[in-house]
Amino acid sequence: MTEKNPKPQVSEEEPEVSGKKEPEVSEKKEPKREKYVYNGKTPPLNIFLHWCKACNLCIAYCPKKVLEPDRDGKPVLAHPELCNQCAICWLHCPDFAITSTYK
Amino acid sequence: MNNNGKKVLLQGNEACLHGALYAGVEFFAGYPITPSTEIAEGMAREMPKKGGKFIQMEDEIGSIAAVVGASNAGCKSMTATSGPGYSLMVENIGYAYMTETPCVIINVQRGGPSTGLPTKISQSDTMQARWGPHGDYTAITVAPSTVEGCFVEVVRAFNLAERFRTPVTVLADEVLGHMREMMRVPEPGELEVIHRNKPDVPSEWYRHFEITPSLVSPMASFGEGYRYNITGLTHDQDGFPTAKSQEIKDKLDKLQKKIMRYSDEIFKIRTDKMEDAHIAVISYGTVSRSVLQAIKMARERRIKVGAIQLLTIWPFADSKIREMLKNVKRVIVAELNMGQLVREVERVASRHTEVLPLNRYDGEVMTPQQILDRIREAVKS
Amino acid sequence: MITTQATQSAIVHNYLRPKKSFPNVWCAGCGNGIVMGALIRAIDSLGLDKNKVVVVSGIGCSSRMPVYLDFNTLHTTHGRALAFGTGVKLAKPELKVIVITGDGDALAIGGNHFIHACRRNIDITTILINNKIYGMTGGQFAPTTPGGSFATTAPYGNYEKQFDAVKLAIGAGASYVSRGTVYHVQPLERLIAGAISKRGFALVDVISNCHTYYGRFNKEGDAVAMINDIKKQAVSVKAAENMSPEKLKGKFLTGLIHEHDATEFCEEYQKLVDRLSGKER
Repeated sequence: MTEKNPKPQVSEEEPEVSGKKEPEVSEKKEPKREKYVYNGKTPPLNIFLHWCKACNLCIAYCPKKVLEPDRDGKPVLAHPELCNQCAICWLHCPDFAITSTYK
Repeated sequence: MNNNGKKVLLQGNEACLHGALYAGVEFFAGYPITPSTEIAEGMAREMPKKGGKFIQMEDEIGSIAAVVGASNAGCKSMTATSGPGYSLMVENIGYAYMTETPCVIINVQRGGPSTGLPTKISQSDTMQARWGPHGDYTAITVAPSTVEGCFVEVVRAFNLAERFRTPVTVLADEVLGHMREMMRVPEPGELEVIHRNKPDVPSEWYRHFEITPSLVSPMASFGEGYRYNITGLTHDQDGFPTAKSQEIKDKLDKLQKKIMRYSDEIFKIRTDKMEDAHIAVISYGTVSRSVLQAIKMARERRIKVGAIQLLTIWPFADSKIREMLKNVKRVIVAELNMGQLVREVERVASRHTEVLPLNRYDGEVMTPQQILDRIREAVKS
Repeated sequence: MITTQATQSAIVHNYLRPKKSFPNVWCAGCGNGIVMGALIRAIDSLGLDKNKVVVVSGIGCSSRMPVYLDFNTLHTTHGRALAFGTGVKLAKPELKVIVITGDGDALAIGGNHFIHACRRNIDITTILINNKIYGMTGGQFAPTTPGGSFATTAPYGNYEKQFDAVKLAIGAGASYVSRGTVYHVQPLERLIAGAISKRGFALVDVISNCHTYYGRFNKEGDAVAMINDIKKQAVSVKAAENMSPEKLKGKFLTGLIHEHDATEFCEEYQKLVDRLSGKER
């Protein structure tokens, strides 16, 4: 299991839910978007330094090494062109200090 | 019960139950304990019939927790227990004080401490009703002495709880809970029934613990469109935990002042033959019944004695009692414990009033003869 | 102000209390924040009305979560969150009650309320954030602290035995029992969404990291190292079917571990009320 694709197998058994409503996770997603390509202007990620506590999770888990720590340990967008919007950084941020402009 | 206005034979616990139904109770969570089990059993029968909610929780702590949760969800809630159960509940009763949640807890007292005497009477939880939970807060406690009193005082307890957004303890005892007596059931509308104040501001402006001019904040319930935080941590007016000294002081002042400011409307004292009395007998609960008889017997012997019955025990009516004891040379405080309320009387009595405790703590009721003997001793010395 | 067109990553801002000051109170890298994000995204995916969601918690680091969430929140006494939640749910069954609790809060002091809530199968969703230690009070051992680990009240190593919250819940009768981790965030979101949708008592046991105390006392490293360890020890239920017991040693199962259908407490009570009112009329 690589860091790029965290949990491929588990997704099959999740829909085993009985109850009033099926979780609408799959339905809410828009139809397949085109692959993200960095257009050189809009950064792929927004970093809110005021909420960031420099825990290092996003920097350590980024598979493409897009983020690098600055002097305080908080992330800085060192290589925005390498970002493929895998979502690992903002999914794992405990402080909601990093969000994506694409997803 | 369709006997409004007529006289019926009821048990004390049943009268508590019907008083609660008259007051509009909608949620009961309890755990069986002698001698209050009949209240829970009655609620199990009546609540489903009236569309209210009943649950027997796994312990007393769960019971009071469910009561506080339901009260915050909008229901008038209560529980009933005895000494050991009240001891278990005190943490969450303290939580109800801090979060200003209205609820009623009926404590049908029995002999203590610990498991004590499940089937015998005592009044030894008086101080616990005031100081049970830790911390600084002001308590309201009512104590009926007759079966009809049980009905009326439980309705009054609900009114006080809803009006002041506080838990209220009703102190009954084993004999009162299990005795059967004729009582007159009030008609619907005869006794006032108060509901909590609801907010009338848009949800963005609502503050669940707002320090209003009356010091009692209007109370929204879950699911009404107001979303707020309730916490047992000392909090500010929005309900967020705080460490600022001014906010802490404001909160604790509010908890005390909201009740003490209106204490005149909370006090309820019944007096008998106090106009020319040189000796007074202060009592509460079942003992008051014996005191009334003892006063009659003493007056026949031309002893100038009067009775003071406290129907509201906490907050203690300092100024009123001091006023009543102005011309009294000796005051006897009759209790079924080793001396709990007598400390309060000693505190407010002036130097020229001698306070004489009269205690019985062997599990039996106090007889009028015992009280009369004490009165005669007081006259002689 | 974020509009409804928010990207999935920013949707959390629609559900955080505007009056509360951020950043949150937890340590840097604490799994509690990750679980909060997963919970919010799960609630958003289900389209629940904010006014009808009640979040109840006990005492502990995990239980500090509700104050940040823009729902009806109730922060109660230690271990009693499920009892308070039972009162709220029974009083108003149309509210969605979610209980956030920790391993000490639910399994130690709150153990009794935990097993009875499972037994009643009351429609409450419990998110038990399991970091194997008592974090808020400074690192004492919990009923889930592994044997031999160090804690402030186990300075020579923990010689006590452990619970498994999932097995306890299954034994007590819960109808939806699952386990997630703070590494596998998207499966966690799906588990939480399934738990909320389930009509009955639902448990999501989230394996989380406390690098400030547990990690420091037991030399497990910082947040990144501990979460990597969690990832290594996690095995999905489906994958475990094809693995031998030697391979499963030292690992824990994740995913939906048990589910069954059973009558729910508030429904049964309502049936009784209907029956009695029908009888009298």
